[in-house]
Amino acid sequence: MTDKEPVVDFATDWDHTDPQWVSNPYPIWEDLRARCPVAHTERYGGGWFPTTHEVVSAIANDTEHFTSRQVVVSKNKFPENAPPAPMGAAPPITSDPPFHQVARRLLLPAFAPGPVHALEPQIRALCREHLDNLEGRELIDAGVEYAQFIPPGVISHMLGFPPEDGDRFRDFVHIVLDLIDLDPEVRGPMLLPMAEYFTEQIEDHIANPRDDLTSYLLNVDVNGQKLAPEHVRGSMVLILIAGIDTTWSAIGSSLWHLATHPDDLARLVNEPDLMALAVEEFLRFYAPVTMARLVKEDMDYAGCPMKKDDWILLGFPAANRDPAAFKDADKFIIDRAVNRHAAFGLGIHRCAGSNLARLELRVALEEFIKRYPTFEIDESNDVTWAQGQVRGPRRIPMRVC
Amino acid sequence: MKVTIDADICQGQGRCFSIAPNIFDFDDLGNGVVIGDGVLNSETMESARLAQLNCPEHAIFIEE
Repeated sequence: MTDKEPVVDFATDWDHTDPQWVSNPYPIWEDLRARCPVAHTERYGGGWFPTTHEVVSAIANDTEHFTSRQVVVSKNKFPENAPPAPMGAAPPITSDPPFHQVARRLLLPAFAPGPVHALEPQIRALCREHLDNLEGRELIDAGVEYAQFIPPGVISHMLGFPPEDGDRFRDFVHIVLDLIDLDPEVRGPMLLPMAEYFTEQIEDHIANPRDDLTSYLLNVDVNGQKLAPEHVRGSMVLILIAGIDTTWSAIGSSLWHLATHPDDLARLVNEPDLMALAVEEFLRFYAPVTMARLVKEDMDYAGCPMKKDDWILLGFPAANRDPAAFKDADKFIIDRAVNRHAAFGLGIHRCAGSNLARLELRVALEEFIKRYPTFEIDESNDVTWAQGQVRGPRRIPMRVC
Repeated sequence: MKVTIDADICQGQGRCFSIAPNIFDFDDLGNGVVIGDGVLNSETMESARLAQLNCPEHAIFIEE
C-alpha cells in the first residue's frame, strides 16, 4: 500500500479505503447524506459519491450519462490492455447498452432460480463439510474457517475449475478488488498469474469440453458466431471475481451480526421461518457491494459539476440506509416485511448472481446456526474488515457452544 | 383488481416470486411473470401488495 493522507472531510475528499470508512462507514454516510448529499474527491483522478437512494437509483438507471466501462475505482482508470467499450474487460458488468443485453442474456439462464435452486443440496453439503472440520473446537474463525470457503466452492463447480484452487481465487479477488492504490506498473504484473490461470482453464476446456459454464461460453452460438475470446475470458473473470468475496462478505456480516446480537440469533434459531425476511434485512443492512461508473461527458448533475471520466462510486449500501427510503433505516429489524433494498444494484446491471447469492447466504446461515445455536465474538482477537468496494468481515473470531 | 409486471422495468430482482409464489413465477432469464390472468381476490390481494412494496425496480402494478 502506498502511504496516503488521512481524510479530514469526506464531503470534499472522500476515500473508501480510509481506515475510518473501512472500520465503520455508516456514520460518515449519514453525515454526508445530511449535508451534501453527493460528496466529491480529487483522489483516484476525481470522483463523486452519492449517498441518497434517490440519486443512487437515478444514476444506476441512467446509461445515457454514465458508463460501466470501469466498475472498480482505482488509480488505473484506463488500463492499456483492457477491451474497449461497449464490451469492457468483464462483460456484461463492464458493458453498456445495447451490447450489454446480449452479453447478459447469455449468462442469465444459468443463474435463474431453477438451475440455482438445484444446487442447494450441494451447497448444504459444502457448508456441513466445513463445519465438520471444526468439530470439537470452542474457538473458531467464522470468516477464515467458514464463510470464505462457501462461494469459491460453488463458483469453481459452476465454471468447472478445480475445487482445490480456492486459495488462488481469493488471491485473484484480492488483487483485483483490494489493491487499488498500487501504481499500474506494480499491479499490472500481479494480474499476470490470473491471466495465465484462465488460459490454462480455457485450454483444458477446449481439449475436454464438459457441462459447465466455461464450456458453455466457449461454444455458445450468437447470431451464427462464437463469442470473441476476450468476451469468454471476461465473463469468466466476472463470474469468478464477482461471485466470491461478495457472498463471502454477506455471509460473514450476517454471522458477525448474529454473534453481536444474541436476541436476533435466538429469534432465528427459534423461528426458522423468519430466515427469508432475515436474509433480506442482512442484505439491506450490510449490503457488501458498491459499484462504480464513469461520467460520459462534462455536465451538471444533481447539483454537481461533473467532468468527463470522473468516477461515480455508486453506494448501494448507503442508499439502503437512507431514511427517506426506509422506515427506521438505521435499525436492523429481523422481520422487516417491506424491504425494497438495493443490495444487488438497481437497473440493467442488477447482480446476475443474486439468486445464487441469496441461496448461499440462506443455506450457510441455516447450517451454521443449526450447528451452533449460540455463539459470540471472542473479544481476545480482532474482527477485521475488507477495504474497498466489497465490505465484509474477514476475521471473525468466535466462541461457539 | 389485477396485477401486472412491466417487463421493460423488471430486472429479475426476484422478490415477487419469493414473496408470493402463488401469484408470480419466473421465466428462463429469471425475470418475474404473473401466473395466469393476474386477477386478484381478497386472499391474494395482500400478498400481491406486499410483493409490490418489495420490488426494488417498482415494476409491479395493481389496477383498481
